[in-house]
Amino acid sequence: MSLDPVEQVARATPVTVAKKIRGLSDRAIAWIFVGPTILLLLAINIFPLIWTINLSFTNYKANRPNRPVEYVGLRNYERILNDSDIWLNMQATAHFLVWTIVFQVLIGFTLAWLINKKFKGNDLWTTIIVLPMMLSPAVVGNFWTFFYQPQIGLFNYVVGFFTGADPSSFEMLGSVDLAPWAIVIVDTWMWTPFVMLICLAGLRSIPNYIYEAAAIDRASKWRQFWTITLPMVLPFLMLAVLFRGIENFKMFDLVVQLTGGGPGSTTELASINLKREAFEKWRTGYSSAFAIILFVTVFGLASIYVKALNKVKER
Amino acid sequence: MSYSITEPSSRQKKVAGSLVILYAFITLVPLFWVFMTGFKTPPDSISYPPKILFTPSMEGYVNLFTTRTRVSPERLQQLPPPANFAEEIVRNRNMVIVGPSKYGERFLNSVIIGFGSTFLSIFLGTLAAYGFSRFKVPFKDDLLFFILSTRMMPPIAVAIPIFLMYRKLGLSDTHVGMILLYTAVNISLAVWLLKGFMDEIPLEYEEAALIDGYTRFQAFYKVVLPQAATGIASTAIFCLIFAWNEYAFAVLLTSGTAQTAPPFIPTIIGVGGLDWPAMAAGATIFLLPVLIFTVMLRKHLLRGITFGAVRK
Repeated sequence: MSLDPVEQVARATPVTVAKKIRGLSDRAIAWIFVGPTILLLLAINIFPLIWTINLSFTNYKANRPNRPVEYVGLRNYERILNDSDIWLNMQATAHFLVWTIVFQVLIGFTLAWLINKKFKGNDLWTTIIVLPMMLSPAVVGNFWTFFYQPQIGLFNYVVGFFTGADPSSFEMLGSVDLAPWAIVIVDTWMWTPFVMLICLAGLRSIPNYIYEAAAIDRASKWRQFWTITLPMVLPFLMLAVLFRGIENFKMFDLVVQLTGGGPGSTTELASINLKREAFEKWRTGYSSAFAIILFVTVFGLASIYVKALNKVKER
Repeated sequence: MSYSITEPSSRQKKVAGSLVILYAFITLVPLFWVFMTGFKTPPDSISYPPKILFTPSMEGYVNLFTTRTRVSPERLQQLPPPANFAEEIVRNRNMVIVGPSKYGERFLNSVIIGFGSTFLSIFLGTLAAYGFSRFKVPFKDDLLFFILSTRMMPPIAVAIPIFLMYRKLGLSDTHVGMILLYTAVNISLAVWLLKGFMDEIPLEYEEAALIDGYTRFQAFYKVVLPQAATGIASTAIFCLIFAWNEYAFAVLLTSGTAQTAPPFIPTIIGVGGLDWPAMAAGATIFLLPVLIFTVMLRKHLLRGITFGAVRK
């Protein structure tokens, strides 16, 4: 059997010498590259997570660090699941989640579909439309409170202008009926471009020859849309919904600036209540349990959803 | 140009174009309005109906950067004439400037923490991405998923133990603490994006370098890094934008020395009633860099927002 010269030299070299020549093994090098990141995540993500789990079984209060800590078993979890306020938070969160996704998918997909008509200057306008989603949500929430001011606010003025209603006759942020929609409107303004961008990538991934073949077979435009466009964009659309779903489930900054959870607790999303329990009432043990429940919920829902997404992709 | 049966007709294009442009205008109105409000006087900013035409004033910007106190008209008469335009504006409202506001400091904190954490995330992220892209790392897929899953935690949930941990370590309200925290949050984005960019660099380049006698590390920084430069730059901008915009951790873990601009801007309105122009001025200055970055990023935007899941 003939070997090339390099291999012959390699075989003749004793292992210890080879190690010295080559320095570190590939596996050691790999750990040098990956290790620091893993360490940082262990310190600032995993260690705190374990700590939270531990705290969730106690009655610890962070504003009284010297009080003796008692383990209370599953009592925090029991109290949360029986707390009717928590279920109201969950309803508020669900309302926000469902409607923002519905509007963003409808508007986002339509925009992407229009942009995909490849009119002149579509790149420029896409970039302009995208701007809101890159801004700081807290600052966005802050200046939208200005637009929502009754009487002087731009939003109230524009609505009044088009409907003839008196701009000071309704308060978007102060009314129990309107506040849940006020936060949906701002989130939709901000994040529709996100769904649009992903849909646009989906539409652009459909090769032209499929449409050409369909046209030759005399399939109507309507039929082409339902049998080609929609099914092929669906995996992209589902991915967009996944991202928006996770983000809006944890929504905090935008809504806290807009309504602070009010009026009453009509817009008190899960994260806002969590902040109140943890950093205003200082019920650290209780809020840790709530945090774990939220995390498990997102994680569980997301895993189920990803499985569905993969099935759609395979089709 | 060849004729294609799938190409939309020019009338279709015109209709689509006008609708998209209409949407773009509607979506820009709020941003434009904030920009304009920054140059209004406080009475103009709350006039009804809202003023589109007005005499521009720097009062919002002056109020943003100064703290002022009210003085009696008699006292105002005794003062020497105003030294600059800012003092003139303030005196017209029967006030004098007593010092700078905290906005400058908060903005600087945003810059320090933003750039610090971006640098660290890119440094660690580049190494990890290269490791994941080129080596057989045990449990690679699990580790990558673990890195991503750290993003699913609601920030408030992470903030509880971080708050306790930082209190013990003395990292609360410090630049180092915030830089470390934002790095930990950003690193998942950095690793996933950079791994995608590095996977696209052909292996042959490094193999050639290794055969020429380069060590692994030399091959990494002399061959791979220059090839990945664009990817690294756009990932860096994404990390910077995230750290720049972040609010939840900032509001819970900082109060003074290390507080960034997002928790501070909403408090501006509280100073002296409803000072909308000053708030709008603060928002304009704060949002402008991000707008510029977004335009620079437009080619990689999709990739960045989907963690590299969708590439154009």
